[in-house]
Amino acid sequence: MKIHEYQAKQLFADAGIPVPPGEVATTPVEAYEIAEKINRPVMVKSQVHVGGRGKAGGVKYAENAEAAKVLATSILGMDIKGLTVKKVLVTTAEDIISEAYVGIILDRVTKNPVFMVSSAGGIDIEEVAAKTPEKIFKLAVDPELGLRSFQARNLAYKLYRDINQVRATADILMKLYDVFWKVDASLVEINPLITNTASEVVAIDAKINIDDNALFRQKNIAAMRDLDAEEPSEIAAREGDLSFVKLDGNIGCMVNGAGLAMATMDLVKRYGGDPANFLDIGGSSNPQKVITALKIITSDPNVRSILINIFGGITRCDDVATGIGAALDELNLQIPIVVRLTGTNEEEAAKILSSYKLPSEDTLDKVVKKAIDLAGLGK
Amino acid sequence: MSIFINKKTKLIVQGITGRDGSFHAEQMKAYGTNVVGGVTPGKGGSKVAGIPVFNTMEEAVAATKANTSVIYVPPAFAVDAIYEAVDAGIKLVVCITEGVPANDMMKVYPYVKRNGAQLIGPNCPGLISVDQCKVGIMPGTIVKKGSVGVVSRSGTLTYEAIWALTLAGMGQSTCIGIGGDQVIGTNFIDCLEAFENDRATKSIVMIGEIGGSDEEVAATYIKKHVTKPVVSFIAGQTAPPGKRMGHAGAIISGGSGTAEDKIKALNKVGVPVAGSPTEIPVLLNDLIVKRKEKASNTAKKKIEKKATIRKKK
Repeated sequence: MKIHEYQAKQLFADAGIPVPPGEVATTPVEAYEIAEKINRPVMVKSQVHVGGRGKAGGVKYAENAEAAKVLATSILGMDIKGLTVKKVLVTTAEDIISEAYVGIILDRVTKNPVFMVSSAGGIDIEEVAAKTPEKIFKLAVDPELGLRSFQARNLAYKLYRDINQVRATADILMKLYDVFWKVDASLVEINPLITNTASEVVAIDAKINIDDNALFRQKNIAAMRDLDAEEPSEIAAREGDLSFVKLDGNIGCMVNGAGLAMATMDLVKRYGGDPANFLDIGGSSNPQKVITALKIITSDPNVRSILINIFGGITRCDDVATGIGAALDELNLQIPIVVRLTGTNEEEAAKILSSYKLPSEDTLDKVVKKAIDLAGLGK
Repeated sequence: MSIFINKKTKLIVQGITGRDGSFHAEQMKAYGTNVVGGVTPGKGGSKVAGIPVFNTMEEAVAATKANTSVIYVPPAFAVDAIYEAVDAGIKLVVCITEGVPANDMMKVYPYVKRNGAQLIGPNCPGLISVDQCKVGIMPGTIVKKGSVGVVSRSGTLTYEAIWALTLAGMGQSTCIGIGGDQVIGTNFIDCLEAFENDRATKSIVMIGEIGGSDEEVAATYIKKHVTKPVVSFIAGQTAPPGKRMGHAGAIISGGSGTAEDKIKALNKVGVPVAGSPTEIPVLLNDLIVKRKEKASNTAKKKIEKKATIRKKK
């Protein structure tokens, strides 16, 4: 799960990491009031779940409250990489002397949290990583030992020579490491970590991604989820305990298992079609899930045919068939459906579906080709 | 022969009285697995499908001399179940549970290693050594005894691949699903190494997906250490970047972890990558035939060479 910069900064502030004061606004008037309270030049920063906000014009400097109001008017409602800006963070503008990058990611190869720091921070960090990887220093932390003070100091010395700044940074890194564990993050990032004219080290941006698997014990974090920033069909899927990603094609896919769902989409593309979504109904046999899944798929006006591919293991084909039948009875679907139900209880499934006269196929390749035919894209 | 599990496996089912645990305990027993016991705190002394239930792993292992355990407990308790199994002396722990926090996995992994144990999973379908032993949730009906070793990050996609092999008459030695999470106990390389050393395995199918760099790392390993023919399949060629495709680990981030990169890396070391699961047996058969021809050609050349040397003498 992603959280916004203003939420991540609050978590940083709670942990004692220095961040500039600021508040979030949803209207230009609110932005004006916050800027007036700060009573110094401010930054107006769009709050959307996407990188490259600055380059897209979603982060701007305002000399005073009136300017902040004008900027907020233009930024609120702005489209950044397909997402509409609904909130801006109004925060003190710092006098920046230098910009560094610090981050912690979960590294799957070493199975450790890995620190990455670079004195070449700022908006072009991806380019730094690609072109001059030697400018990024990495440190894998033993999760059983945690981050030792000397390690934090070593990392801090990669960024600064001034002992006061090194101490301040080492302290920030220790706290950042605590935040990583405390909120079950899969990524925490400060880009940039700056030094200002007062020689202070300050986190002027903040990014935290949370491990979805840990949300059951991170109630406060889970409550930070911004439903405005997500695709409505993806929200409905999550509430129905389905794994769903909306795509741009016109063949709706319903599959059990994430790997098989991806492979099914790949085959749709291979045979000349275009998948409308990724949808994994999971290992459960609950017919209600099938109904919810079909509702979500058919709510996309682009969908012209539906492909149901089930390889029964734990999932029982007869349960899925019952769900398909119930959905057909309930939803009055006009979109053609083709099914392939193989594995556990496939004969019972065929019996249940026989009265609905749905086209069915017995292999993955055939069912995909049929779905493309039905969408009117076939040769 | 087979890898990781066989006729000598003595299995404990952790969470045996739950919905999934009880169902699969029975399925595993029916397949021929030696299920010696189960554990659910508070249910000690009872039985599930004729299998004795214990309150703790310590009691279960003491009473049964089990060497393997399989975990079906809910995600909030799964990591503790791994610690408990290892602490009780279990050498192979298979964690089926989906939704285990990655940070917990980072901490338990070194503990498992330090105690000389092996963890498979979490969020995996388990494994089958055909006609010997099944641990986990794979349907026993789709496998067929033979010499192909199958290793996969996926669940049902693995079944699809196994089924394609079985229909093509290519049976399997061991089929193993290692799981789709970011931090897993047993990786491709562990399985490739075991298959390479297993006499019953003559060829290998490796099924990967987008996210991470495990397939690239495996490709490097195959080039250096694997002599048996390997065929692969990579799911997620049409997946958009930045979106998690179901599995916690299946995400293209920062431009890395794409299917394209993985296919390139595998092709480079002579591993053909199938365009569809049904192509896997075809490619594997081609590769086996090609290797055999090459081997017999080399053998012929050797004989000819020897003959010419003799003539010269």
